[in-house]
Amino acid sequence: MFAGTVIYAVINSIILMLMALGFNLTFGISGIANFAYGALYIFSAYTSWILLHLLGLPYPLSVLLSILFTAFLGALMYRLVLLRVRGQVLSEVIATFGMGLAILELFRYLGFVGFEYTLPVFVDKSFFILGTFVDMQRIMIVLISTAIIAALWIFTHHTSLGLAFRGIAQDERTALTFGMDSDWIATLSVSLGAALAAVAATVIIPLGSISVGEGYDVLIKALAVCIIGGLGSTGGLVVAAFVIGFAERLTDTYIGSHWTMTVSLAAILIVLVVKPSGFFGKQKELEERI
Amino acid sequence: MKKRKERIDRGIKARSSDIFALCSWKEMLYLSGPRLLPIIGFLLLPPFLGGYWQRVMLSVAVFALLAISWDILAQSGMVSLGQALFFGMGAYSAGVLNHYLGLSPFVTIPAAAILGALICTILLLPVLRLRGIYFSMVTLIIPIMLVRIIEASKIFGGTEGLSGLSSLPSRWVELYVAVIALLCALFGFRRMLASDFGLVLRGLNDSDRSVTNAGINIYRIKIQALLLSSAIGAFAGALMTHVYMFVGMPVFALDYSILPIAAAVVGGPGTLAGATLGACLLVPLSEVLRGIGGLRIVFYGLFLVIFIVALPEGIFHFIQRRYHQFDRWVEVDK
Repeated sequence: MFAGTVIYAVINSIILMLMALGFNLTFGISGIANFAYGALYIFSAYTSWILLHLLGLPYPLSVLLSILFTAFLGALMYRLVLLRVRGQVLSEVIATFGMGLAILELFRYLGFVGFEYTLPVFVDKSFFILGTFVDMQRIMIVLISTAIIAALWIFTHHTSLGLAFRGIAQDERTALTFGMDSDWIATLSVSLGAALAAVAATVIIPLGSISVGEGYDVLIKALAVCIIGGLGSTGGLVVAAFVIGFAERLTDTYIGSHWTMTVSLAAILIVLVVKPSGFFGKQKELEERI
Repeated sequence: MKKRKERIDRGIKARSSDIFALCSWKEMLYLSGPRLLPIIGFLLLPPFLGGYWQRVMLSVAVFALLAISWDILAQSGMVSLGQALFFGMGAYSAGVLNHYLGLSPFVTIPAAAILGALICTILLLPVLRLRGIYFSMVTLIIPIMLVRIIEASKIFGGTEGLSGLSSLPSRWVELYVAVIALLCALFGFRRMLASDFGLVLRGLNDSDRSVTNAGINIYRIKIQALLLSSAIGAFAGALMTHVYMFVGMPVFALDYSILPIAAAVVGGPGTLAGATLGACLLVPLSEVLRGIGGLRIVFYGLFLVIFIVALPEGIFHFIQRRYHQFDRWVEVDK
C-alpha cells in the first residue's frame, strides 16, 4: 500500500516536472512568461487527435506532426506578437494570456468537449511492481522525461546553440557583442518551450482525456512548480515537482482527493513567505523578485 | 521629399490651461465637457433605457469598477490576473453576512467591501514582496484554487452556493448604487492618483528602488494600494450578489478577471477614465455578440493581443490627444 503510494507519487512528480519544463525553459532563456503554455499543450493534443481520427494518419506520424505544428505556432507567436512588445513585462503577460485564451476558447467553441477526445496509449500493458500495478504508459512517462532532461542538459552544456541559449539568459547585451542574435534565440526558446509542451501533452494525455479545462490546469500546475522551484532554475524545478507531487499524492491517499489543489496553494504561499525567490531561484534574484 | 507629422496644442488648450479660462464660457466648457459627459451620461441615461439595457448598464458599471480596481493596482506596479479574487471575496462576504446573520443589503454591501478587502489583502500579503510577473502568476492561481477549496470543504453551500439572499428594494436602486459608486470611484481615485500619494504609487511602477531610496516604505504603500483596489472589487462583488440574490463558485470565474483587464487595456491603462471607457465599449459589445456564444471570449483574447501590439496607449489616450492637439505634415529638415 505504502510502496504503491510512493511509486505513484514519483510518477505524479515526474508528470508535473514534464508539464513545467517547457514553461521554465522559455522563461529561463528569454524571460518571457508564456501564459499561452496551457493552450499550446491542448493545441498539440487536439492536433494529434484530428490528424489521427479525422485524417487517418498513423499514430507516430500524427504525434510527430503535432509536435512540429506546436513548435511552429510558438515561433509564430513570438515573431508576430511578442517581438513587438519584448521587454515590457506587462504587455508580454497580457499578450500571451490573450493568445492562450483565444486558442483554448476557440477549441471549446468548435465543440471539442467530451470524453471521446482521447489519445491511445503507446503500449497497452501493465507491470506488477512492489505490490502495485503500474501501466506501461506511466513507465514510458518516467523514461521519456528522464531522457528529455538528459538531452536538455547535454544540449545546453555541450552544443554551441545551447551555449548561446545560456549566454542570452545570463547577459543579453554581452551575448549580443559575441554575435548571438537574441531575437532569433528568443524565437527558438519560445518554439522549444512549445515543443516541450507538445511532448508533455503527447505523453500525458493518454492517461486521461483532452479537455479545454485541462489547458488552464496545466498552466496553473506549471506556474506552481516554477514559483516554488524558482523560475529559470532546472534543479529547483525538479525539486519543486517532487515536493508538490508527493504532497498531492499523500493528501490524496490520506486526506481526500478534493484537497489536492489546496496543498499546492498552501505550498506556494508558505514558500513565498519563507523564501520569496523559491528553492533555487538564484538567477537575477535580487533584481526581479523582491 | 520626406514629410513628418507635427503635433501642436490647440489654441483653446493653451488658453484654458490657466486662470483666464474662467473668462469665457467656451473655454470653461472645453475644460468641463469631457468630465461632465460621463456624469450626465451615466445619471440621465437609465430612464430612457429598456429593462434589458438597464441590466447591461449595471454590468457596465460593475466591470468598470473592476477595471478601475485593476488599473490602480497596475499603476502601482502590481499586474493582477485575478481580479475575480476581489470580486469573489466581496460576493462571498456579502452572501455570508446576509445568509447567516440576516443583515440587510445596505449593511452587507459596505461591510463586505471592507471585509473582502481585508481578506484579500491578508491573503496577498506574502505575495506583495514579489514583483512583475511573479505577482501576476500568483494572482492567477489563487481564485482558481479557492474554487477548489470551496468545492472540497463544502463551506458556504459548497458547489450549490448560497441562494435566496435578500435583494435591493428596486432595480433603480441597484442601478443607481452602481452608477454613483462608479462615478465616485472614477473621479475620487483620479484625484488620488494626481496627489502626492498617487505620485508615490506611480513611482512604484517606474522604479521601486528609487522609491525605497527616498525613504518610503514601499510595502506599506503597496498594502494601501492593494486595500483600496480590493475594496472597489469587493464592492462590485457584494453588489452583484444582492442583484443575483445568489452567491456561488461562478463568482471566481475567469470572466471577472479577463474582462476588466481587457477593458483597461482597450480603453488605455494609466488613466482610470480609460478603464471606464473600455468597459463602456466592451460590455455592450459582448451583449451584442451574445449570439455567437463561446466565441466571445476568443474575441476578448484577440482584442487584448491586437490592442497591446497595435494601440498600446489605448483608445482614451488617442481621443485625449485628438482633443488637445491637431497635427499637420511638415517637411523634414535636411
